[in-house]
Amino acid sequence: MLFSGLPSSSEPLHIPDGFLNWWVSLICWVLAIVGVGIAIRRSGKTLGERQVPLMGVLAAFIFAAQMLNFTIAGGTSGHFLGAALAAILLGPWAGILTMTTVVAIQALLFQDGGLVVMGANVLNMGVVATLVAYGVYRGVLELLGGKKWGLPAGGFVAAWVSVVTSAVACAVELAFSGTSPLTVALPAMAGIHALIGIGEGLITVGALLFVAAVRRDLLEVTGPAAGGMRWAIVGLAIALGLTLLAPLASPHPDGLERVAEDHGFIETAQGAPYEIIPDYVFPGIPNEALATIVAGLVGTLIVAGVAFTVALARRKAAS
Amino acid sequence: MAGEHLHALDGYRARTSPVHHLDARVKLVLALLFILSAVLTPTGAWPAYILLTALVWSAIILSQVGMGFVQRRTAVVMPFALAAVTVIFTTPGRPVLTVWKFDITDHGLLRLISILLKSWLSIQAAVLLTACTPFPALLQAMSALRIPRVLVVILGFTYRYIFVIGDEALRLIRGRAARSGDLNGKGGGTLLWRARVTGNMAGSLFLRSIERSERVYAAMLARGYDGQIRTLNHPTVRPSELVLMLAGSLLLVLIQLLARLRW
Repeated sequence: MLFSGLPSSSEPLHIPDGFLNWWVSLICWVLAIVGVGIAIRRSGKTLGERQVPLMGVLAAFIFAAQMLNFTIAGGTSGHFLGAALAAILLGPWAGILTMTTVVAIQALLFQDGGLVVMGANVLNMGVVATLVAYGVYRGVLELLGGKKWGLPAGGFVAAWVSVVTSAVACAVELAFSGTSPLTVALPAMAGIHALIGIGEGLITVGALLFVAAVRRDLLEVTGPAAGGMRWAIVGLAIALGLTLLAPLASPHPDGLERVAEDHGFIETAQGAPYEIIPDYVFPGIPNEALATIVAGLVGTLIVAGVAFTVALARRKAAS
Repeated sequence: MAGEHLHALDGYRARTSPVHHLDARVKLVLALLFILSAVLTPTGAWPAYILLTALVWSAIILSQVGMGFVQRRTAVVMPFALAAVTVIFTTPGRPVLTVWKFDITDHGLLRLISILLKSWLSIQAAVLLTACTPFPALLQAMSALRIPRVLVVILGFTYRYIFVIGDEALRLIRGRAARSGDLNGKGGGTLLWRARVTGNMAGSLFLRSIERSERVYAAMLARGYDGQIRTLNHPTVRPSELVLMLAGSLLLVLIQLLARLRW
């Protein structure tokens, strides 16, 4: 490597070609195109002809900011994705466009993430991470009702949740493709990114506080005006959708591709009796334990989400 | 790290090879079809993998960018190979080897090797595409393939500025190293302090970037920018290049047919 600050690669989030099967890639493309399409329309409406230079330079900013790292302990260092920062500073639509551009540049220029699976990477790091981050951020702001520490608290939680959510999305896609069974992929991806997410959260908060101190006006562009509640629900809905998808992926550890492949398998004849073994689990105890922990974690998140939705609804009713 | 510039990272390698001369649209289509074909090749269809390898290697050799260069840049896939490794245990099949309590199955092994091969083939094609196509030409090819104009133009802007802003980030990193006695990563302060410093750097980089984008926008307005980006017309694809594209696509389809009918 040319120098130590080379962005990404250590972030196991950029899926290379060959790790997702065709139909998972296709579905991800469709979802990503819908998300990015809406983002182009909405941000074009608010930004007009400023859109191109602003988005272009800010995507370069996210890319460069991924080079900033700090030593955690030993040889490991924390650096970040930037989806939450982009969402909070630019709003969800411009945030999606910025992150999409970053993902595309990483794939096209640095082969960090594949081309045919770019839809999945755009979906995970561009669309899902940005929407979830913005939803969580607005949700926390609403919940704290204009308290001073709403900005750092919202920023931290949004950054953490967005990183973990894109890791979970990535694990689900790998599981549906039969590349990595969910019982392994989910705890591994979510576990690693639960740690990475802390670094992400700390950097995001630092950046937000700096911007708040120097140019508060920039933060108020996307300010606490309208629709905070709606965004919180969008973020929660995506997180919920993913959680509901996860169990669907586990009974098909080999993906549908397997069905198509069965004709062509080298040892079809003797392989046939082994083909369909329902519901096997990776026989490692530590992984199962981890899986349970993660399940509990996700469950807690959902409960927290529901609780705060109810709390908000009651507050609205009271006022 | 002092004096480093980011442009060294651009994967383009200027050569005068037939592959470099080929129209970017043809190259993009062929590279995408090649990757698609690698992804679609069934598990264990070895002859198809060998043919695909022969194809991409011929292109690499023809392009003169250097086999070593391409192989070095394919290393980015490594962390992901780890993610796929567990399929050797979890795919049902005949156990061939037992590692501590776990059975490695024959089908699992085949599947892992196939995934890694597919990925390796795809990345080589992508590296080659980047290495012998200037990025602006690639962008033109993308807009010819009907990728939304605004997205392509934003990508072009990003490409233009990642090296500028990236250098800015490098200067920030150098500044931090100079001020906080960054000896062997034992920079001062607690973890929280270090994280905050990095956060402040990101915030400061954001402000510099947004102010730069404002200046860029003002400069564009001064030059008559009205929201439309105008470029020169693309040259038409030469008939010989069109034939090459069709022949290449046909070849990939044939390899797919071979892989699916025979295996």
